[in-house]
Amino acid sequence: MSDARLVVGPFNRVEGDLEVHLDIRDGAVASARVNAPLYRGFERMLEGRNPHDALTITPRICGICSISQSAAAARALGDAMGLQPAPEGARMAALIHAVENVCDHLTHFYLFFMPDFTRPAYQGQDWHAAVVQRFTAMEGSGARRAVEARASLMHILGLMAGKWPHTLAIQPGGVTRTPTAAERVRIVATLRGFRRFMEAELFGRTLEEFVALPSQDALLDWHAGDAGLFLRAAASLDLVRMGAGAGRYLSFGAYPLPEGFGFARGLWQAGALTEVPLSDIVEDVSHAWMLGAAAHPSRGMTEPDEYMRDPAYSWCKAPRLAGAPVECGALARQVIDGHPLACDLAARGGGVLARVGARLLEIARTQLLMEDLAQTIDPDARFMAKGGVPAHGEGAGLVEAARGALGHWLRVEGGRIASYQIIAPTTWNFSPRDADEVPGPLEAALVGAAVAQGEKTPLSVQHIVRSFDPCMVCTVH
Amino acid sequence: MNLLWLQASGCGGCTMSLICAENPNVFDTLADAGIRVLWHPALSVETGAETRALLDDIALGETLLDLLCIEGAIARGPRGTGRYQMLTGTGRSMMEWVRDLAPRARHVVAVGSCAAFGGVTTAGDNPSDAVGMQYEGRHSGGLLSADFRDATGLPVINVAGCPTHPGWVLETLMLLAAGALRAQDLDGYARPRFFADHLVHHGCPKNEFYEYKASARELSEMGCMMEHLGCIGTQAVGDCNIRPWNGAGSCTSGGYPCINCTAPEFENPRHAFTQTPKVAGIPVGLPTDMPKAWFMALASLSKAATPHRLARNAISDRVDVPPSLRKPRP
Repeated sequence: MSDARLVVGPFNRVEGDLEVHLDIRDGAVASARVNAPLYRGFERMLEGRNPHDALTITPRICGICSISQSAAAARALGDAMGLQPAPEGARMAALIHAVENVCDHLTHFYLFFMPDFTRPAYQGQDWHAAVVQRFTAMEGSGARRAVEARASLMHILGLMAGKWPHTLAIQPGGVTRTPTAAERVRIVATLRGFRRFMEAELFGRTLEEFVALPSQDALLDWHAGDAGLFLRAAASLDLVRMGAGAGRYLSFGAYPLPEGFGFARGLWQAGALTEVPLSDIVEDVSHAWMLGAAAHPSRGMTEPDEYMRDPAYSWCKAPRLAGAPVECGALARQVIDGHPLACDLAARGGGVLARVGARLLEIARTQLLMEDLAQTIDPDARFMAKGGVPAHGEGAGLVEAARGALGHWLRVEGGRIASYQIIAPTTWNFSPRDADEVPGPLEAALVGAAVAQGEKTPLSVQHIVRSFDPCMVCTVH
Repeated sequence: MNLLWLQASGCGGCTMSLICAENPNVFDTLADAGIRVLWHPALSVETGAETRALLDDIALGETLLDLLCIEGAIARGPRGTGRYQMLTGTGRSMMEWVRDLAPRARHVVAVGSCAAFGGVTTAGDNPSDAVGMQYEGRHSGGLLSADFRDATGLPVINVAGCPTHPGWVLETLMLLAAGALRAQDLDGYARPRFFADHLVHHGCPKNEFYEYKASARELSEMGCMMEHLGCIGTQAVGDCNIRPWNGAGSCTSGGYPCINCTAPEFENPRHAFTQTPKVAGIPVGLPTDMPKAWFMALASLSKAATPHRLARNAISDRVDVPPSLRKPRP
């Protein structure tokens, strides 16, 4: 096949706007450039406002990671205030956040990722008819059951967070609403219903059996439920090797609870786990349509280049950790938390199978975490601690959104927001090149993807891109 | 009817809220109403070249479009180019695409306050110079002129909200599909009156506290949030406390104030969202249609008459004092 350049867009079934530029050589992607083509300027909107307004404005960066944004803003404010949330408030906030993250994973699997396998190109596969029946966009029986299960699980958010998306329930001191004992058992009942859906349809067997899977080989032997359909497709299409990652993973730690993180914080590289060098985070702007210089987010700025000059090709800055790109998300979290299945998936390439498999694993593990929280939250306790924002101060809020590490860096001067900088998970994953021309994680993962003769929107590229579950509205914000 | 949904400059949250629809789910509701989705950025299988071909066909009038739903504001920046949001793969801005497609549609629906009025995308100094479909904040005339009307005589239908309730969007689409939404069914901001004729105050679980001006001082306390915590549910349109959100909730039942997200310019309230602005200790802003003198008189009277139970519970994070029981007859 001759050389070619492809522009893939509108790239849908990702949250927000995405355009991928591909150089094709010899039937494979030779290089990729990823463009986040929407700029709104949330960081600029916040300057000069009352610091508490961040809790109202930042969730509205993203309609799918809304609670994650809210949790990060609350933590950043709390850091500036020197305030820890009331212990039960932190646990309820974690439960609320976990519901969003599980719903996002479910939405990704049923509505965003799996419909690609219904395409006629896969008609010859022995799993194709079953996949069509379950995952046809907007019609499949699995898609319909999944949105119903998701909506039911979100009753926990209606009850405890008022609504979803865009709740104001999570505050620096905890949560705005104290549950009654009766509401706590209602939450338990809602979670049981969600477990029933997962064990009947998503996994086809118990969650505990899925969580106990020790290795990639064991995972590929799992043929039950909708997960099994994916795994059959993964085996026959060799999704193991497709879209391999660089094996450098970041997690800020999910669900900060009084007893520790629900899923651990850390940096995983070269097969070893270390502390996250938080002061070594830098946002490079060499290939972003942004003015200014590379800086740590506590000292960063957001000044768009209205003339969109070369060599920049995206509104997305390029965050680097100790000088290198990192991948974040469910796979990163589960590797850093030390789950044997995730570690094995990462060791064998960390590609499309690994990312989607780890997301399924995390759905199951998070359900167990939610059940534990719902069983043990004490309605007699306080759910809110009191505190005030100082006239001058700084704070960082580091959380794990469904898609990975999310950080807010805030500076308050004269009682007003002087600076607010955000690095979202997909800012890491879909970053453009940096000043050393090092590509971002997706750009690197796309190299080598097979492109068949005549393909204008290569399927392998779609699988790889969607395996990251990008959230583009968060990316640039 | 067929439907094309585009996500302009917004957060995608109105789509995420839409798929929270229940009994029946969103896909069944649309199908049962005879609405066929030509393309939706989050839900359709078609991507890239397939989508570009579809959009070209609609723009050329080769595919007739019934319902055009726009979610998100329209970015006009930088410098009027619209390039803060390109419709990817097409080399053209979303602004140009929407301007071309809107006159082709039988009806145009602005989903959410960003599409309707600009919304949060225009917060602060409006960094991307964004605008609503037919409004710029409170002012008529946005991307489309104030006198734009669809083929049936309707303006852009503003299903405002941040986010929109799935019922608001689906009922609007079902009414349109049935030919049952008329100009007089829209309010002065072109919002469907079936939800805009209500105030968020209607059915608010804090109504008894409101009646006696028993106020919460801080978030997490149970009292009315109008006096101190910025709640403007008595002025905001929406049936939020009549139909539940996510099966059970509303902002005020969740313990935080209504910020009037169905209204233009809610994003820049000129005070902190969770603080009530006051002059000489008296809250600024009256309940809709309430004469000021009467409100002041009734408020001072009811405040003086606040029962002990409400005064106590208003500043507690849980019910401290339950309602009294009637004593048995002797």
